[in-house]
Amino acid sequence: MTPQFSSQTLSNIEILKTRYPVEQSKSALLPILHMAQAEFGGYLSRESMDYVASLLNLQPIEVYEVATFYTMFHLKPTGKYVLEVCRTGPCALSGAEHIVDYLKQKLGVDLNQTTPDGLFTIKEVECLASCGSGPVLQVGECYVENLTDQRVDSMLAALKSGELSDNEPTPAHSILFRTCGDKQS
Amino acid sequence: MSRKILLENGDISGIDQFDIYRQHGGYQSVEKAIKTMTPLEVVDEVKKSGLRGRGGAGFSTGMKWSFLDRKSDKPRYLVCNADESEPGTFKDRYLMEKIPHRLIEGMIVSSYALGASRAYIYIRGELMWLAKRLENAIGEAKAHGLLGDNILGSDYSLDLVVHPGGGAYICGEESALLESLEGKRGYPRLKPPFPAISGLYGCPTVINNVESIAAVPWIVTHGGEEYSKIGIEKSSGTKLISASGHINRPGVYEIELGLPVEEFIYSDAYCGGIRNGRTLKAVVAGGSSVPILPAELILRTAAGIPRLMTYESLSDGGFQTGTMLGSGGFIVMDDTTCIVRNTWNFARFYHHESCGQCSPCREGTGWMEKVLHRIEHGHGTPKDIDLLVDIAKKIEGKTICALGDAAAWPIASAIRHFRHEFEYHIAHPDKITDPDHVYQPMGTK
Ligand SMILES: Cc1cc2nc3c(=O)[nH]c(=O)nc-3n(C[C@H](O)[C@H](O)[C@H](O)COP(=O)(O)O)c2cc1C
Ligand code: SF4
Ligand code: FES
Repeated sequence: MTPQFSSQTLSNIEILKTRYPVEQSKSALLPILHMAQAEFGGYLSRESMDYVASLLNLQPIEVYEVATFYTMFHLKPTGKYVLEVCRTGPCALSGAEHIVDYLKQKLGVDLNQTTPDGLFTIKEVECLASCGSGPVLQVGECYVENLTDQRVDSMLAALKSGELSDNEPTPAHSILFRTCGDKQS
Repeated sequence: MSRKILLENGDISGIDQFDIYRQHGGYQSVEKAIKTMTPLEVVDEVKKSGLRGRGGAGFSTGMKWSFLDRKSDKPRYLVCNADESEPGTFKDRYLMEKIPHRLIEGMIVSSYALGASRAYIYIRGELMWLAKRLENAIGEAKAHGLLGDNILGSDYSLDLVVHPGGGAYICGEESALLESLEGKRGYPRLKPPFPAISGLYGCPTVINNVESIAAVPWIVTHGGEEYSKIGIEKSSGTKLISASGHINRPGVYEIELGLPVEEFIYSDAYCGGIRNGRTLKAVVAGGSSVPILPAELILRTAAGIPRLMTYESLSDGGFQTGTMLGSGGFIVMDDTTCIVRNTWNFARFYHHESCGQCSPCREGTGWMEKVLHRIEHGHGTPKDIDLLVDIAKKIEGKTICALGDAAAWPIASAIRHFRHEFEYHIAHPDKITDPDHVYQPMGTK
């Protein structure tokens, strides 16, 4: 079945297009792919990409080559929450490898796998611009920083209970999760 | 404490909101520039300030602005580089999060100076929530007549747009960023032509880092000459340093350029010394791409002179004994750090992020990762060290963009300064099977 954006999203896309010169609407591709991933099940299927191509009058290949180039786009279905743990140098110095192991053990799945209840997928990503508050992971729009085993436990519980949502930014949870750059006492 | 320019009033509660920012002198530079200065006079102040690009290369901002092709009849663009993906760097994010209006004010004055009627902030897609907050701030500025049509009643109009990326380190490279902004893969372009002649949509374009643009309001309000008095000679002004790793107080610090490195690491006003009472082993001073230095060389130059946080002092000695200020991503490692493991980690990063256009980078980063992986995991051979040096040499300077150099330098410098650790790994595979192994061949200093 061909996917279809909600009328709200379609009107947002019209506004989006006005932000680039006429004739340059291809510039809206990355923002629209983010919308498509959010609205069509958390990943970009071939049908979703073809639909986006038709909205911007592009050849499907122009969309595929972009969608496959950038790491934020998932090309296969994922769990409801994708836990993307930073694995790069500074976070590794602060214990990121242990956090990945802890998550694997706690959820009983390996990297790039989804828990049987369909809730969680674990992934490793590169530096998230949060190196002073590592280890860090991103889940949706939320950054969870200064990870410890306990913090991972409370994050998983909060996500399961719906107390923490992955479309809220970090600062809303600054009591549970410290904001990057604030000094440790 | 060092003086604050970028983070001035940063601790006032609610400073991320328009009204509070305005009450504390915000947007003065826009009024001053639009009402009393011509665009070229603004460019002149920035030239006089000596401000150098804070994205990594340290190129003079005023000079870059004066290269912009003003004779062309095409539109001109200002693009702000908020891609911030260099490992160890998180200062742009901090600035935008704390004081979003400082960047927006900077974008308005800078666009006025360059004659751009549309400007973009390209922000890495992972920071989507921050992109939304910037959009809110832009909405506030617009509602107060500081953006949009006829700013402050003048005939100058500006449309400011936030554009999210999709997750790719290479899109921090300015020409890859432009490709990405045009809705394509982030493939760096061959230069020349430079963006000042042919940039976004083939039009004259200036690309500047968040921190560079955020310094412009102060320069316009107080004058370029005042700014040039801060810091030391060619390293004028203040710089945001992102401090991470084994220190007591990680975080973002605004320092006056010229601060001694030793004071930055050990003073309680900054990093507060090495965590858990350990000792300093090595520092990567300017983001993962710059050469790593052992403790003795980061604190003092080869000639024994205390090193300062300036472009010149950090690079004293060239790559043999020096490094670079880069983006100011200051990564500190204590004596429990395995340099081989860290080098392998960085090699994996560059291999993962290579866009794949040029073979020396695409293949070379892969080989380096593979060889380092086998050394770290107990399967290295004595020839591997020279092999790594050889690969690094064959990448450096032979690629379309600087990612190739950025991948080669950390590896070449780790071997230059810590060769004995690589040799030990190869000679004693049995001693490094524990993933938490610590290897400190210089004894317990
Ligand atoms: C691989 C690579 C990654 C880069 N990443 C960034 C980045 O994340 N942010 C940034 O401002 N500059 C980055 N740069 C530097 C930009 O190409 C460009 O020089 C800079 O944005 C210019 O702004 P400035 O003169 O204000 O420093 C990168 C360069 C390379 C080669
Ligand atoms: S040097 Fe690497 S990242 Fe840069 S263009 Fe070549 S392959 Fe791409
Ligand atoms: S290294 Fe993990 S956020 Fe930068």
